Amino acid sequence: MTQTVFAPWEDPGEKPLIQFKNVTKRFGSFTAIDNLTQDIYEREFFALLGPSGCGKTTMMRMLAGFEEVTEGQILLAGQDMARVPPNERAVNMMFQSYALFPHLSVWENIAFGLKRKKMPKSELDARVDEMLRLTRLERFARRKPHQISGGQRQRVALARSLARAPKLLLLDEPLGALDKKLRQDTQFELMDIQEKTGTTFVIVTHDQEESMTVASRVAVMDEGQIIQVATPDKIYEEPASLYVADFIGDVNIIEGIATKSGEDGYKINWSEGKEPFQAKTPRTLSEGQKAYIAIRPEKIAVSQDKPDSALNSIKGKIVDIAYLGNMSTYHVEIPGGLTIKAQTANTRRLSRRSFTWEDEVWLSWTLTAGSVLER
Amino acid sequence: MRRFSWFNATSLTFGFVFLYLPMLLLVIYSFNSSKLVTVWAGFSTKWYGELLQNEAFLDAAWVTLRVAVISSTIATVLGTMAAYVLVRSGRFLGRTLFSGMIYAPLVMPDVITGLSLLLLFIGIGLDRGVLTIVLAHTTFAMCYVSVVVSSRLVSFDKSLEEAALDLGCTPMQSFRLVTLPIIAPAVISGWLLAFTLSLDDLVIASFTAGPSSTTLPIKIFSAVRLGVSPEINALSTIMIGIVTIGVISASLITKRSMVRQQLEEQEAIRT
Ligand SMILES: Nc1ncnc2c1ncn2[C@@H]1O[C@H](COP(=O)(O)OP(=O)(O)OP(=O)(O)O)[C@@H](O)[C@H]1O
Ligand SMILES: [Mg+2]
Repeated sequence: MTQTVFAPWEDPGEKPLIQFKNVTKRFGSFTAIDNLTQDIYEREFFALLGPSGCGKTTMMRMLAGFEEVTEGQILLAGQDMARVPPNERAVNMMFQSYALFPHLSVWENIAFGLKRKKMPKSELDARVDEMLRLTRLERFARRKPHQISGGQRQRVALARSLARAPKLLLLDEPLGALDKKLRQDTQFELMDIQEKTGTTFVIVTHDQEESMTVASRVAVMDEGQIIQVATPDKIYEEPASLYVADFIGDVNIIEGIATKSGEDGYKINWSEGKEPFQAKTPRTLSEGQKAYIAIRPEKIAVSQDKPDSALNSIKGKIVDIAYLGNMSTYHVEIPGGLTIKAQTANTRRLSRRSFTWEDEVWLSWTLTAGSVLER
Repeated sequence: MRRFSWFNATSLTFGFVFLYLPMLLLVIYSFNSSKLVTVWAGFSTKWYGELLQNEAFLDAAWVTLRVAVISSTIATVLGTMAAYVLVRSGRFLGRTLFSGMIYAPLVMPDVITGLSLLLLFIGIGLDRGVLTIVLAHTTFAMCYVSVVVSSRLVSFDKSLEEAALDLGCTPMQSFRLVTLPIIAPAVISGWLLAFTLSLDDLVIASFTAGPSSTTLPIKIFSAVRLGVSPEINALSTIMIGIVTIGVISASLITKRSMVRQQLEEQEAIRT
């Protein structure tokens, strides 16, 4: 491969744009951000993922300068931000609540930040029009925020934060209110903007697919801490913990006792008297310790007969089928009461589907299909 | 009201008659052609004409108007600032004390406010005149303005100001370009309230007015002690008119645009 992979976090010589250094944020006695240390590099598209209330917005607000850091330091391009007011930071934020100015039209809302820059009128007009075009709001330029729909408001908020072309753009759930088509288009626009301008994005999203599409790295948060930071595929394929595995996408979790088997493999004894499942992992587990296998449903094959080659296979009964258009998810009950989800692509028409409720089927997966996790 | 019972109708009528009959009589008698206040002798507007000839009354009217405009304007600026600081600046030492002290003059008897101001002016050797009335009116009107404005500010979404800061505004610009336009209806109705309060204040003005600076209420009060004249009725009718217009527009502005703006604001934020 000739194309160089964008991975500044692997280069020790690279200077991070943002540095969280042991940052703690407390509201009274409540700790919203708990001793967080994280570097974010220039030109990154850094996605924050996590359940509601885990501190995503708080992290952004500290970057934008609306929230003081209780302990620790935030550096932006090497400079300590503690004493820099929000209006003097080269940072723009798109608010989760939009915060559009109700007394100004869509056009004036977008122009607001540009006017503070003392830009020549013609340049300003051109820039606002460009933003309107980008967010497909040309027809609504003269309307007030209360005269447009929720999705349109979200786009105004996005356009307003993009207009100033900041070095660092903070987007707090920027695309939640858009329909799927428009969301995908906007995602590509965002990536395009980033290609062109080299802006660094920190984006909060609840949509794991979105983070997979746009992000250079994903940070999964929980209770004010970052649990894992990695590239989207790594987060998906090699989650560091059950929490991450469960949070990103659908996953089957099988609990058992690990015993060493071969070079870098383990047998997971998941039920007394049953054939243990086998898995490879770079981790070292101690003999007899509790471990989990996390397997994505699409990594599990469903077949009529027992496959010859697969090392892990088990027979079960279909208890439920979820038809998802291009995919079907089979819920298969295996001996011991565990229900395993297996996903297959629908290449045939629904009426000719080969399996149906109550059918006995074989599930199988390879040694590397699942990740072995300790917690 | 679905069932407009006999009792409700009576109490409403009684209440309104009690409130407005005296004023109605005053207005009617201001158009009386007779010099005798209590005897109706036909419609005439001559007392309004004579009023315009009366130098003393015109002077007093001019003083009153100047005092009202200047003091309500200063009170609006100060009251708005006070409200902003009290609502916005989170917790600071003695904040509760401050906000309590802002509202205290509302319930303070006018006599006490007037007397204490008089003592102050004498104490610092300020000659009583238009200036002292303006200062006195500013002091008490400011509280009213700050009450009106702060009730608006409490429901004001703070993230709008943050957005303004984020887009490069200094705190001052953010106030001027975002906060002020949005709370403008409350500020205007605060001004109108201050204006009408100043217009009809008698007690505080009589403590702080000098010989050369008599306001209309003082003039009317002293004139009436020598007997009610139709001229006074005419003058009072005009004042009722001005005050009514002031109060009605204040409440209209408040109701209409504040409701509308709050609606807009709520919609501009995600629901
Ligand atoms: N000003 C504040 N005072 C007290 N607690 C706060 C304040 N702001 C946020 N919190 C608390 O801090 C925690 C993190 O809040 P934050 O807004 O960062 O969550 P979030 O991850 O953005 O959630 P969501 O996905 O729902 O937007 C929450 O538990 C919240 O209640
Ligand atoms: Mg949030």
